[in-house]
Amino acid sequence: MNQPARMKVFDDKEDFNRRKITIALAGNANVGKSVIFNHLTGSNQIIGNWPGKTVEIARGKLNFENYEIEIVDLPGIYSFSTYSLEEIVSREYILTEKPDVVINVVDASVLERNLFFTLQLKEMEVPLVVCLNQIDVARKKGIEVDDKKLQKLLGVPVVPTVAVRGEGLYSLIRSALKVVKEGPAKQKIIRYGDEVEERIEKLVSFIESKPIRLEYPLRWVAIKLLENDPEIRKLIPDSHKDIIEYSESLSRELEKIHGEPGFSIISSERYSVAGKIAGQVQKRASGEVNISERLDQIVMHRVFGYVISLLVIGGLLLWTFFIGNFFSGILSRLFEFFQPVDPQVSGTLIAILWNGAFGGIVAGITLVIPFVIPFYTLLTVIEDSGILTRIAFMMDSLMHKIGLHGKALIPLILGYGCNVPAIHATRILESRRERLLASLAITFAPCSARTIVLLGLVAVFAGIKWAIILYIIDFLVILGVGRIAFRALPGETPGLIMELHSFRVPSLWVVMRQTWIRTKSLIYLVFPIYIFGSSGVQALYALGILDPVGRLLSPLTVTWLGLPAITGILLIFGIVRKEYILLMLVAIYGMNLSQYLTQIQFVVLAFIGMLYLPCLSTITILAREFGWKSSAIISLTNLVTAIVLGGVFYRILSFIM
Amino acid sequence: MMDERLSENAEECLEAMYKITRNGKRVSTSALTEKLNVSPSSVTKMLKRLDEKGYVDYSPGKGANLTRKGIRNARRITRKHRLLERFLHDFLKLRRDRIHDQACEMEHSLSDDAEMALCQVLGFPDRCPDDQQPIPPCDFEFSSCEECMERREKGIDEVNLRKSDTMSLADMKEGESGRVVFVRGDHKVMRRLLDMGITPGTTVRVLKIAPLGGPVEISVRGSSIALGRSIASNIFVDPDKSE
Repeated sequence: MNQPARMKVFDDKEDFNRRKITIALAGNANVGKSVIFNHLTGSNQIIGNWPGKTVEIARGKLNFENYEIEIVDLPGIYSFSTYSLEEIVSREYILTEKPDVVINVVDASVLERNLFFTLQLKEMEVPLVVCLNQIDVARKKGIEVDDKKLQKLLGVPVVPTVAVRGEGLYSLIRSALKVVKEGPAKQKIIRYGDEVEERIEKLVSFIESKPIRLEYPLRWVAIKLLENDPEIRKLIPDSHKDIIEYSESLSRELEKIHGEPGFSIISSERYSVAGKIAGQVQKRASGEVNISERLDQIVMHRVFGYVISLLVIGGLLLWTFFIGNFFSGILSRLFEFFQPVDPQVSGTLIAILWNGAFGGIVAGITLVIPFVIPFYTLLTVIEDSGILTRIAFMMDSLMHKIGLHGKALIPLILGYGCNVPAIHATRILESRRERLLASLAITFAPCSARTIVLLGLVAVFAGIKWAIILYIIDFLVILGVGRIAFRALPGETPGLIMELHSFRVPSLWVVMRQTWIRTKSLIYLVFPIYIFGSSGVQALYALGILDPVGRLLSPLTVTWLGLPAITGILLIFGIVRKEYILLMLVAIYGMNLSQYLTQIQFVVLAFIGMLYLPCLSTITILAREFGWKSSAIISLTNLVTAIVLGGVFYRILSFIM
Repeated sequence: MMDERLSENAEECLEAMYKITRNGKRVSTSALTEKLNVSPSSVTKMLKRLDEKGYVDYSPGKGANLTRKGIRNARRITRKHRLLERFLHDFLKLRRDRIHDQACEMEHSLSDDAEMALCQVLGFPDRCPDDQQPIPPCDFEFSSCEECMERREKGIDEVNLRKSDTMSLADMKEGESGRVVFVRGDHKVMRRLLDMGITPGTTVRVLKIAPLGGPVEISVRGSSIALGRSIASNIFVDPDKSE
């Protein structure tokens, strides 16, 4: 792309003692930190137009002149005061790891709110560069920002950028390095209202008079104490309780004057300063009619809003079905041209293994690529455009039925791609209870692997109609199970608080890049398992190991679910990867499955495969996020639901078909 | 300034209108007739009277909609009604099918002091026992229920606590704006709202209200924020005069 993406410019008098420095990117959610991070490091951060997708700290490398720069992408936060996971992570990082420079990425189109965060960074007295991003979006909204003036008022370097096009990133890094080389300019203290300022100073001199050493800037500690921040109070040793007492009495004085709690007063003060600065540097041109607002009128309409939400989610799935089916068909025919993929269970072991491995490759190429790529392409477009948050808005009341709020819809939709990142993304939710409920719902969402099984079995052998019916049933199962879990895990559903960012036209570069990143990580995960798994299973079958296991499980598979005995083994292997169910069936029977299974059996098998247990990677991430016990409970819920409903479903199907 | 006392029938009428549609949308006379189970002519008469007093806007043949004053009153009566239902159900163990009518009788004579005390005794409920309808939060100027407890224990005079101009954000119409007076909620929610720029004194505008008790989209400090209905109904504003 642009030069910043490949900034390996070396000075000719490069010394060999390359300096290692760290630059952290901090700022509100969805201001373009991840975009900048990707441009600078060429790394794989997922970008989307919804707040909170960087839920962990991402690190990447950039070589620039004679610096080896580690770029750290912090989660997007609004403040250092709330007690959300992301805020604690960011605060800890900045205070304890002390990056050489913090680049505060600021959305020029929502300047006031962004400066509220900048002011807090300034209070923490970190070496700071402000990156005034999205100036193009601001301009479209009719807002011009005077960056020179902003620089003067804040007393830190300000660099205007348009990150999606890579504009201004070169000067951004230059400014950051200048801060490293020359040291930060003398911090310009931003003052609040007199009565607040007076008490900050009193508290600062009180702490100074005490024989304690604090690692943090005193002014910041004083402000935080006046806010009654529990984390900061913990920093004060018990031997100096009087500091806490003094701060409490000052805080009470303020509360008397303003009639609000301490933290509210400080926030109001910060906002009034931010508002003043924003007012001085912004020039509002004549209000151009905002396309984004007009789109909102349609997307969030009381009737059309729901229709559009359904169309988007349904469209995403249907698009995946049809495009996937089409390409999958073409690819399979291509492969059959080269070598028919019929399983081989006799002959030398080598021949059997090779045959299995080849079957695995074919299955991978003909199933993963055609389905996964279209899904992720459209998902990225939906994410990046900003429509996903609108759908979350419209679906809020529905989600409340399962004890969640609208924002939980975002991880749930991601779950249709792959459960693992989706469960990770539940971190955008507020409480552990909510995250558990959302994760349970996600494990029932048919990820692309399950979709493959579904399509490979049902769409091909029983018709696309049945695939769609299964999807609808699955949706109802999610609602039903979610509702029961909500009852089992009672508690208050916290209300929705979510920023709705302006719509934007997704950039082609971002969409292609994201799709590739997501597909690539899936391919790395899946292909080896396909190849080795497929040949291994074929070998096991040839050696006659599988039949006894199948017989052992037959009361369940044959009697209750009406499936062939062999499916017991499929389901066991399917825990590793869901695609195994289909893959093994092909490994054992060959491509022409309809000779061995009836239509009903295809549908029931796909139904069970869709619901019965999360795959190993999902179980692992559940355990990592919530502990083994919760992971086990969620997995068992899946299993029981699948078996019970599967049996009932089989009986209903036999009755009607 | 407090709003004057209304007759029981007038209060019933406001309550019914509020139940049919919040946010002051138009309600037809026939819908009201059905809800109140009285003759159309007496509904029309009542609406005319309420119109004169400024509680509703009534235009013959088209029905009526609640004014801000009307919404405020209706909300208070609804709150008293639902609190009483909880009391009758939780404490007096009355049967569910009986509590509604009983609460209807009692709501009109419940004073503000008694309402506050009832809320505390019940443990600050937020839902009705019978149909799980939300109980509208009170519009006394407290930033939390704890503060209300404290104030009552100390016996501070509660006169004038209720500013008659404040309205909950959830009761506003789309396109209306106002200045935030106070926000109520647990610590975490309040902080988050403050961090997003919803501080006392800020002007907020209601952009969109999702149907079915869904969230409310507001514009504050140049950004749009979606707030769940329960959070929005705990944000109280002084509406701008532009009705």
